Parts: sequence; structure tokens; C-alpha cells
Amino acid sequence: MDIIIASFLEDSIVPKFNYWIYVILMMIGLYAMITKNNLIKKLIGMAIFQTAIILLYVSVGVKADANIPIISHHGEKDHVEHAQNENLDSASEASSHHGSKKEHHVIDKNKFANPLPHVLMLTAIVVGVSTLGLALAISQKVHGSFGTLEEDEILDQLRPGGYD
Amino acid sequence: MTDHLPILLLLSPLFGALVCVLFGKGNSKNAWIVSMISLGISSILSVFLLLKVLSIKAGDIRYRMGGWDPSSGYEVGIELRIDILAALIVLAVTLVGFINTIYSKTRVPAEVGEKGPFFYALIQLLIVGLCGIIMTNDAFNLYVLIEITSLTSYALIAMGNRRAALSSFNYVIMGTIGASFYLLGVGYLYIKTGTLNIDDIHTYLENENLWTSQSIIVAFILIMLGVWTKMALFPLHGWLPNAYSYAPSMTGTFMAPLMTKVMVYVMIRVMLWLFGADFVYSEDSVWSELIVWMSVVAIVAGSFLALARNDIKKMLTYLIIAEVGYMVGGAWLNSLTGQAGAFYHILSDAAMTFCLFIAASIVIIRTGESRLNAFDGLFRKMPLTMIGFTIGGLSMIGLPPTCGFFSKWYLISGGIESGHWEFVVALLFSSLINAVIFFKIFERAYFGKIKGIKEEVSVADIDMIPAEGIKSVPASMLIPLFISALSVLILGIMNKNLFSWISNALKMING
Amino acid sequence: MKFFGLLSVIIVGFLLLSATKDFPNWGDEDSPANSGPVSSFYIEKTEEKTKVPNMVTAVLADYRGYDTMFETVVIFIAGIGIIAVLRTYGSNESIPKNQVGDEGAGLLARMTCSLILPFIQLFALYVVAHGHHSPGGGFQGGVMLGASYILLALAYGLARAKSCFSEKRTLVFAALGIFIYVGWGVLCLVMGSEFLNYSALDSILPGGVEMARSHSMLAVEIGVALTVTAIMFSMFSNLSTKGRLDKGL
Repeated sequence: MDIIIASFLEDSIVPKFNYWIYVILMMIGLYAMITKNNLIKKLIGMAIFQTAIILLYVSVGVKADANIPIISHHGEKDHVEHAQNENLDSASEASSHHGSKKEHHVIDKNKFANPLPHVLMLTAIVVGVSTLGLALAISQKVHGSFGTLEEDEILDQLRPGGYD
Repeated sequence: MTDHLPILLLLSPLFGALVCVLFGKGNSKNAWIVSMISLGISSILSVFLLLKVLSIKAGDIRYRMGGWDPSSGYEVGIELRIDILAALIVLAVTLVGFINTIYSKTRVPAEVGEKGPFFYALIQLLIVGLCGIIMTNDAFNLYVLIEITSLTSYALIAMGNRRAALSSFNYVIMGTIGASFYLLGVGYLYIKTGTLNIDDIHTYLENENLWTSQSIIVAFILIMLGVWTKMALFPLHGWLPNAYSYAPSMTGTFMAPLMTKVMVYVMIRVMLWLFGADFVYSEDSVWSELIVWMSVVAIVAGSFLALARNDIKKMLTYLIIAEVGYMVGGAWLNSLTGQAGAFYHILSDAAMTFCLFIAASIVIIRTGESRLNAFDGLFRKMPLTMIGFTIGGLSMIGLPPTCGFFSKWYLISGGIESGHWEFVVALLFSSLINAVIFFKIFERAYFGKIKGIKEEVSVADIDMIPAEGIKSVPASMLIPLFISALSVLILGIMNKNLFSWISNALKMING
Repeated sequence: MKFFGLLSVIIVGFLLLSATKDFPNWGDEDSPANSGPVSSFYIEKTEEKTKVPNMVTAVLADYRGYDTMFETVVIFIAGIGIIAVLRTYGSNESIPKNQVGDEGAGLLARMTCSLILPFIQLFALYVVAHGHHSPGGGFQGGVMLGASYILLALAYGLARAKSCFSEKRTLVFAALGIFIYVGWGVLCLVMGSEFLNYSALDSILPGGVEMARSHSMLAVEIGVALTVTAIMFSMFSNLSTKGRLDKGL
């Protein structure tokens, strides 16, 4: 029994812990969205749900020894200056500055994290913020006309007047 | 310039929306003119787009954003893809948008007051989103556009009264769950394939033969769940009836014909293009039979719930739920006729729902009564409106000259072809119930007594709509009604052409 | 309800976890997503093709610029949607007395704000302008810039912030931002290329095709930043006053 648990831990949980964390977060968020009575608590659940999805995407783009997907020139500074001293006649430094040394420098793709999930999640964050903002505005309107944010109290108010 | 038609027809309402917002509060008249112009341009461009697609005998139009060519066979940018099916639905969306703007002219000052320009801006952005959804060929871009349509519809619905705000809140919750499931599904596909382009995902899955992979199956289920939530398939339909019936009337008339149908189109696209018919209809999958049965349940339940309603708009919204069942069932029949019928039904349902919703809104506004007894004696008092309503109703029942008959015909023949008799029975049964519902209304309208203006408006839900009494209906409301009633008939008369276009386009993907 | 909610959540959770058994491990360099041609193209070719060292910005504003345009539209929709839902015009009676009035917060907070505000705004502008080379970009910078106005409203009262950034002005800025973005794409159309194909602009921008892409990214990021700034402040002012725009929190 212990061996089964240990091997399950070793094969399915430890190397894939990111998926476990995201699923647990997502379940918390979804549960709050479905069952909570208070409208704001539902929205908090929504925010958790969306954060879980962001976690999934971003964790997919991780590479073991990689850095952020920005090509840094700090490490090669000496090299760059050296190259520039050699060809003093090179005009338009500003524009060819970055490109000139790229010719003799191949980018190792395993040194950079996958940029695409970051871009996708920037979009998803923006969408999440917008949805949250609009939902808060709608819940303010609900509060303004019903005087409460508890779903059951609102439904009680509606029942006499043609509740469906 | 014709190469750029797809993007130009998106940009026209986008710029229109920006201009409308700049008008600020109160300037509804100018905003109306701007949105008429921008949606008019957009409709004309989509006619040209349809003609262009029809002139290309095989294949579809591709448009690469940013001009990025594929790298080693994979798209690095975002690509638009328009075939006959997409062009037809884009045309339907822009035309409904344009005609609905005519209808909005007198309703916007009455129902949203000084916020008119914001209403026009939002509805134009909604059209941008819907057209974008139909044309895009990128799974993630589809998500962003789905969220654009969702956010605009949340805001448009919540502009109504207090019930509308509450329904809109429920829609936010359900809509976000749906969209998030879709996003999760796309994420799973991305993890397994490393690309987001719909065709590339399909090619990758085909090359690597990942069809039996658990994660691809889960991704498929997630995307389907998300899309079904968005289109209100029966057990997930909770948000729809309240949202559409309490929304401002010109929001309801626009969203009821289009939102669910565009999501049905997305479903067909995901099924046939992203995953492919072999995977979706495979013999050893559990879902193929199950989903046809689910659609049968949706059709029967939607029809019964509609029969039980005494509120005009509620009744119509439950009919939409039954219609969604038709289309989902037709798409899952695994027969070309069924798929083409489902697709045809997207168009005809858009036309007839539009017609019925406009007629119902006119009746509710003019009589100040939202229950079925509003129809008492209306054939004598509002004959023009009732003619429009009758055409829409006959199409909903499925009587021959109207488009509802032909799309149901193809759906039923698809059901017979593939041996799904339960689907055929459900369709006939629901037609019967529709006949009961509508002939009950026709009877009231023909024989019932006119009550005139009601003294007290008992229903708190229509507090936004002033009871103006039964009098002449302005042309800005009758013209849209007649155009939509006419389109119901035209779509019916053109059934041969439409069916051959649709089935040709579907044959290309089914091989 | 609670039980069915829990049940469906657990079913969904199991469904999602069941799919992870053939997923790549944490940090796997050879997973399809990380080693596929699309990702490799972005990493290896971005600097050569666009001269932008920050791949995220390049993918965001160029390769997937169409997505980002709609993302900006989403923000814009949220802003005008909140106004459409919440904004009330006319009489501003019934202001709760317990709210902090227009005088804003106390002296200490106001002094601190006036000291740090210029730096926040300067840093926000830096984040926008330097988004190609370092982490940052239009959204991040725009949010910071919007936050600076929110801070102003918190410290000096909403009226003071509105004198800098009136409702009309927020709408103009929000629309202007999208106009810059979309207009830049239309400019590419006019120059005879695809929508958002920045390489068509090399005849009017200095530095060749690659630098045209780089400069265009800066232009659209500025557009994004304008919209985000305006909408963030508009969201705050509407939500904090229930749409009356009279007195802040």
C-alpha cells in the first residue's frame, strides 16, 4: 500500500504538481460560483477560477533552466563594444545596434521560457478584470434596487410579483 | 481592395462605436445616424463578401493578420477564414444588426434615455464580436471574441430594469463558467499540440494520431460544455429566459435571434474543423448517441416549458431553447443532410425569431401588457403587426412557404437517413406543440375582446415600458417587422440554392 | 443545491485531473507547447524579424496584434458598459454623510501622495515606452498611470481628480487609444498591405522593415496605454460613487 502511494506520489503528483494546484484552485472557485448565496462571494469565486486558469497556462510555458523571454544584452556588453570599436565606420548605430551581433549568435531556445502562454494570459487577465469590473457594476445596480446582495433575499422580494 | 473585405466589415462598426461614445450622454439621434451608416456599410460589405466566396468554386478566403507567413507549416499569426457558411452567417448578423437599428430609433430614447449613445456603441461592438467569432480561425482569438460578445451582452441586458440587472448577473456567472471551460479546453489542446490555429491543431492531432489520448477527449468535452452553456442547451439554459425577456426590447430583439445561433455555428466549427468528423462521430465514443438524446430532451422540455408560460417573451425564449435542441441534434446526427439542416436552421431560426421578437415587442409596448391576453382582438386593432407575427408563427410551426418548413424538412430527413427516429419524433412533437401555442394566440387575436389600455400595470417587470395604448405603430418599428417577415419567406423560397451552397461547403470538410 | 454543487465540482475536478496523466511534466523543455514550431519561431526569430528583444511584447503587439486589439476593445467595453449600467445623471441628493467628502484624506496622506505621484507617473511612462526591451508594455503602464489618478482621487477627493480627468475626457482618451491602435492597422491597409502588417510602414518610418515593426509596436502600446488609463480611472470613479460621480470614497 505504501509503495502504491509512494509511486503515485512520485509519478503523478510531484512532477505534475502544477496541474494539481490549478485543479484544486479551480474547484474552490467553481464551488463558490455555484453555491454561494452572496453575489460578491460568487464574484470572488469567479476571480479564483480565472486565476486558476492563468496558473495552468503560465505553468505550461515553464522550462527547467530557462529565464524570462527577453533577450538580454548585458552579458555580452564587452563583446558589443569590442565589435563596435572594430568597425568605427558603421553608421546608424541606433538602428543596427541590436541586430548587428545577432548574425554570429544563435539563440538557444531552451534558455528562454515559452512566450506564448504569457501573451495569452495577459489577454485572459485583461478579460478577467473587465468581467469583474462589469459584474461589480451590475451587482451595485442589483443592490441599489433590491437593497441586498443575498440571493435568497432577492428571490423572496420577487416572489409576490410574478416570480417565475 | 476586395482582399480586405473581411477586416473592413469588422472595422466599420468598430469605428462607429468609437464615434458614438464620443457623442457622450443624451445625443441619441446622432448616434443612431452613425450606427445606421456603419452597420449599413458593414451589411453591404458582407453581401460583397458572400458574392466573392460564392465566386470561388472551391475552398475559402484566408486572410493573415499582420501578413505573417507560416513558419515550418504552422501559423504564427492569427488567420481569418471565410467559407460560404461563415459568409452567410456574417451577412445574417450584419443585416439583423442593421434592421434592428432601425427598430431602435424610437425605443432607445424611451427605454434607456440619455444613455442612448452607449447603447449604440455596445450593440455595434457586439456585432464586431459576433462577426469576428464567425470569421476567425484561431482558437484563442475565438475566446477573446466570445468574451467581447459576452461583456457587451451583460451590459446591454443590465441596462434594463432591476429584474434585468439580476438576470444579467446570473448570465455573468453562467457565461464566465462557459467561457472559462472553453478556455480550459483550448489550453489542453495547446499543451498537447503547441499551436492555436484551428487547422493546425487538426493537422497535428491527425499526424500524431492523438485521437485516443485522454487529454484530447477531455478538451473536447470541456469545449463542448463551454459552448453549450453559452448557447443554453437544455440543462444549462437557466440564464437565458430571464435575460432575454427583461432586457430592453431592442436588446432582446437583437440578441435572441443571434447569440445562441452564432454559438451553434461555433459548435459545428469546433466539431467538424477542429476535431474532425472521424473523431466526433466515431463508433466507440460514448457521446454520439448521448448528445442526440440530450437534444431530444431539450426539444421536448423547451416546447413544454413554452406551452406552460403565460408571458409572451418568456414563451418565445423557451421556444429558442427548443430550437437550440433542433440545431444541436441536427449537427450530431452524423449525416450530411442533418448538418446542412442544422445550418439552414441557424439562418431560418434567426429570421423567424427576429420577426417574432419584434412583433411581440410591438404588442407589449402598445398594449402595456406582457401576458398572452395582450393579443385579445389584435387582428382588428393592429392588423399589420399581426400579419408579421403570423408569418413568424407559421414558420415556427413549420408550414410550407416559410423557411421553418424547409429547415425542419432537412433536419427530419437527416434523422431518417441516420436512423435516429427519436429525433424525428421529437421534432414532429415539438411542431405540434408550436402549432398549439401559436393557434391559441391566433384564436385570441381573431376572436378575443379588445381591452384597450389597462388601468393599472400590475406587472412590475414592465415598469420601464410606458403603456402608450393601442394606436398606430411608428414606421420605424413596422419596417423592420416587414423586412424580417419577408426574409422568412425569402429564405424559404431560396431553399434549393441555400441547401446546395451549404451542403457543398460541408462536403468539402467531410471529404 | 450545496450538495449538487459539490458533486458537479468534484466531477469536473476529476475530469480535469484525469487528463493530466499524459501531460508533460513541470518544466519539460520538450513538450509540444515548449518545443513546437510556433514557440521556437517566436524565440529564435523575433529579434531578427522585429528587433525587439522582449518576445512577449513582440508576440503581443505584432504576431498576435489582432488579439491584442480586441483585448483593448474588451477593456473599452468594460468601461462604457459600467457607465451604461451604473451611471445616473441629474440630481445628486442622498449622499451618505459618513463618506469622506471632497476634502479627501488627511494631511499626511496628501503630502505623501503629492510626493510620490510624479514618480509613479514617470515610472508608468517608462514602463510603456520601454516595453520592448524590458518587462512592461501598454497594459502594465496604463494600469499604473490609471492608479496614479485613483490615488489622487483617494487623497484629494474625486473632484480634484476629475478636474484633471473629467468624464468627457476619459471617454475621449479611451476612444482615442483604440483609434490609435486600429488606425495604425488601417494605415497598413492604406499602404497596400494586410491589416496590422507593420512592415508596410517602412517607407514612412525610419530604420528599415524591422525597425518599422518595432516602432509600430510602440505606437500601438501607447494606444493601449491611453485606453487602459482612461478606463481604469473611469471604472474606479463610477464604482466608488455608484455612478453618480459626485463624491468619492
